[in-house]
Amino acid sequence: MANSKTPRLDELEKGRWPSFVKIMKRAAVKKPAAGDLLKQLELSYEEKVGHWKHGGIVGVRGYGGGVIGRYSDRPDRFPNVKEFHTFRVNQPSGWFYTSSALRQLCDIWDKYGSGLTNFHGATGDIILLGAPTENLQPCFDELSEHGFDLGGSGSDLRTPSACVGPARCEYACVDTLDLCHTITQEFQNELHRPMWPYKFKIKISGCPNDCVASIARSDLSVIGTWRDSIQVDPQAVAAYADQGLDIQGEICGKCPTRALSWHPERKELEIRREECVRCMHCINKMPKALRPGRERGATLLIGGKATMKESAFLGWVIVPFMKMEPPYTELLDLLRRIFNWWDERAKNRERIGELIYRLGMRAFLHDVGLPPVPQMVARPRANPYYYWRPEEVRSNG
Amino acid sequence: MPTIQFGDVQVEVDEDGFVQDPKQWTEDLARYLAKQEEGLDNLTEDHWKVIHYLRDYYQQFGIAPMIRKLCKDTGFDLKYIYELFPSGPAKGACKLAGLPKPTGCV
Repeated sequence: MANSKTPRLDELEKGRWPSFVKIMKRAAVKKPAAGDLLKQLELSYEEKVGHWKHGGIVGVRGYGGGVIGRYSDRPDRFPNVKEFHTFRVNQPSGWFYTSSALRQLCDIWDKYGSGLTNFHGATGDIILLGAPTENLQPCFDELSEHGFDLGGSGSDLRTPSACVGPARCEYACVDTLDLCHTITQEFQNELHRPMWPYKFKIKISGCPNDCVASIARSDLSVIGTWRDSIQVDPQAVAAYADQGLDIQGEICGKCPTRALSWHPERKELEIRREECVRCMHCINKMPKALRPGRERGATLLIGGKATMKESAFLGWVIVPFMKMEPPYTELLDLLRRIFNWWDERAKNRERIGELIYRLGMRAFLHDVGLPPVPQMVARPRANPYYYWRPEEVRSNG
Repeated sequence: MPTIQFGDVQVEVDEDGFVQDPKQWTEDLARYLAKQEEGLDNLTEDHWKVIHYLRDYYQQFGIAPMIRKLCKDTGFDLKYIYELFPSGPAKGACKLAGLPKPTGCV
């Protein structure tokens, strides 16, 4: 260890968990860029300063997004990461690959880049880390030839992403994979050619478990739900009770809206549909006995984001229930109205959630043509966002 | 800082090829950059319309316009701007117009 050039990073190889240092050292045998990347990071650990320059505009012809410029600010010491640009490659819906597609991708990346990848970035894209400027166009050309396309970056529609949905999960209330694919195809121009005030993210979860965390991470969140009652298999409920599940304590007692009653003498679970807020707790606990209802669709929420101008926001409900069936015209039309409303009004680098915060939910709902409905608020008079328009207020006098 | 040799003058550019001093810009330099950077043999009236618009805006406000404004004021949609300048409005058009590199988020 005394002779190591990266003593600080070496600490991260200890322990039983996977280590990016280990992987990068292995990559460095073949690729000098991976070696310089480690050495630059070691210097950052030592000096407690990052050594990537901010910004940089690189790209491929015809696209404004998909490649992120990275330049070392110490090219004198780390010449192999002088230019170390990132590709975002649009992932398939639900992140399903054949192993041959992955091999193809890695072969291309070995040829043009550092060989280092990150599966997957926060938007869901495949991240290819580290290519010099001159390799960007040929790498993109070869990716295209093999059927891959770039994802979004900059002030554009970011690559939409979706949970595995009906492909692997019995809770899926909507076909997340098809919807994600449809949105991606529909808005290719918005995805590849940034023209908006800032980024816009769309994520789709098949049920309220929200496995892609769309409510916190996307400007427009689509979450599968149902509007009739949870489906109950009474015999399976009784079987859970027989196996010793404390249905009163674990299921009814933890229902946030007390929508469930347990009748132990009859081994019967009663669900009051109008009280249920589709939190999934009882379904998750008793998957063999309970299932989402039959009348399925999705709830739309707007404005989720991490801290920037304003603090972190969770999405607000704007449509409690919308049917989600091809060709998804109602959703696509609403998306276009939302994009336009935001694009026309937002300041530079203002997310839609921040714009609504500034102009008010009333203005947003009115302008995009959505009715204010009770599902937008947690409970009566706990309404911080909606104010009536003056002409809607009738005097009682 | 890299430089490009253009006629008798040396022009300083940043690592992405953006001219550092907007005062060094000439129409001939734009033609030269068009050939070098975008592979364009000649610049049409529409190219010049975008380039002059960007320069005027920059001289007035000290920053590049937002893309929405560029499209609105020139009457060209974004797809057409990418047809004119294949690298796009920032990396292509702003570079040819001699504006400093526009900043943006990844």
